[in-house]
Amino acid sequence: MIRTSGLTKDYGARRAIENLTFEANQGEVVGFLGPNGAGKTTTMRILAGYMPPSFGTAQVAGFDVIEESIEVRRRVGYLPETVPLYPDMTVFDYLKFMADLRHLPNADEMVDNALELVQMEQRAEGYIANLSKGMRQRVGLAQALLHKPEVLILDEPTIGLDPAQVVEVRSIIRDIGKERTVLLSTHILSEAQQLCDRVLIINKGHIVAEDTPENLQARLVGAERSILRIKGDTEELMAQIAKIKGVQDIKTRPDGALEFQFAPGVDVRPEVAKTVIMSGYDLLELSPVGLSLEEIFLELTRDVASTKKEK
Amino acid sequence: MRNVWTIARREIRLYFASPIAYIVGLLILLITGIYFVLVVYLAGQSAFTTGSAPAPGPDLVIGLMVFLFLFAVPALSMRLMADEHRNGTLELLLTAPINEWELVVGKWLGSFLFVFMIILVTFIYPIVLNSLVTPGIDQGLMMANYLAITLVAAAFLAIGTAISSFFNNQFAAFFATIAALFFLWVVIGWPAVVMQGSGAIFDYLNMSKHFADMQAGTIALSDIVYYLSLTALGLFLGTTAVEIRRWK
Repeated sequence: MIRTSGLTKDYGARRAIENLTFEANQGEVVGFLGPNGAGKTTTMRILAGYMPPSFGTAQVAGFDVIEESIEVRRRVGYLPETVPLYPDMTVFDYLKFMADLRHLPNADEMVDNALELVQMEQRAEGYIANLSKGMRQRVGLAQALLHKPEVLILDEPTIGLDPAQVVEVRSIIRDIGKERTVLLSTHILSEAQQLCDRVLIINKGHIVAEDTPENLQARLVGAERSILRIKGDTEELMAQIAKIKGVQDIKTRPDGALEFQFAPGVDVRPEVAKTVIMSGYDLLELSPVGLSLEEIFLELTRDVASTKKEK
Repeated sequence: MRNVWTIARREIRLYFASPIAYIVGLLILLITGIYFVLVVYLAGQSAFTTGSAPAPGPDLVIGLMVFLFLFAVPALSMRLMADEHRNGTLELLLTAPINEWELVVGKWLGSFLFVFMIILVTFIYPIVLNSLVTPGIDQGLMMANYLAITLVAAAFLAIGTAISSFFNNQFAAFFATIAALFFLWVVIGWPAVVMQGSGAIFDYLNMSKHFADMQAGTIALSDIVYYLSLTALGLFLGTTAVEIRRWK
């Protein structure tokens, strides 16, 4: 399990993460979701024992990351964002080297198991230099799984994989997450939804939300938005649509289309469509607006700011 | 110690797969080989014309080898740590359950064993020489020379390992190491010449001075201590550099 309290890291004058406090328990897959530069990698590096935090504490598998770094590293499997491989070694030799560094008693067998888990047995004797990006990612994953760690920390584990490999890697992670603690980072919302029991949304070094994917989804879809595009001038129509019960926050987008919002469960779209046709306009498009990750962050950061004010 | 050996073993294997290591090894053996043959041939000729001539000593190729090491060692040590950093594999090693010193000492040991193998190959010269001159070479002097070159190689490589730990770019590490070795081998002795009596400290710090003493056949404990301390200092600085990276 992982437990942090007030974790803060400064790179010179720049604060990468500030006051992160969270937990990840055994049998749980926790996702770190955030844009690039949010502080995901920094946090994971601290938890993996690569560097100490500037302030705050963290326990991983029951050991302190500063005081008992070696004990932590013994129990953690870590896959960094840039997969650390030696191109001049064969896949087997590379994993054997890592197994030796970890003093694994039956190293050859453990290496074979890890290779089987990521389905790379066929390429064991091949040089890493000759592997594709997806295969390298799998070798990196095998390295992290080699010693059957209590805690698995994976920084963007599915980046650079083709869709079929993504499915495979996700199923491996889900299996491991049943018994062990998995902390993974991603900037793909759907990945977090599929894999994680709990999601921590991190932005600019702060945790802005922490919940199950379902709850987060519900919170985010507090209001549905739609785009309406018609032929001709929208000004007159806009006033008419604004009158429809349930339509909120109507505005003209820079591209000329109208955008409006409505509460979930009160679908106003049939009424909007009727109004357009009845008023003699040509309806070109009426479609839902999906929230992009950027918007979710904006939404969430705004949420946090307003709740703070209320308090 | 187990971790040190694991790291060292990978390093040796890497040398045997790397073109630079082969080029450096071959150049050292080729240059010393040609030199040896030339000197022995000339000595033989003068012995033929004058009836007798002083035989070349067992220190014949050692002085040349040290000079070659000033350039060869930086070429062999430059990538030791710098490459790990550039590759991102330092992150792998620093999140493995090993200490920083084990990593640095393992790297150094790997490079040292490779250089030691080159030194062992050059053992062929005194053996050949021994069969050519009567009544054979001074074996004590030969051993002193080989002890000296081994200690110098250890110290050179420790300095190279330390400098490689400070750099991300192996070529920057290469030139910095050449500069550092040149400084410790040549420049540091200059004040002693100028200051005469009061420059003893610079004489003590001068790497080549200790080497010259041993090459002449006197093995003083202070010479051995000097080289071993320099090696330890290099490994300590290398470890510190890795720790600094971690905390930065």
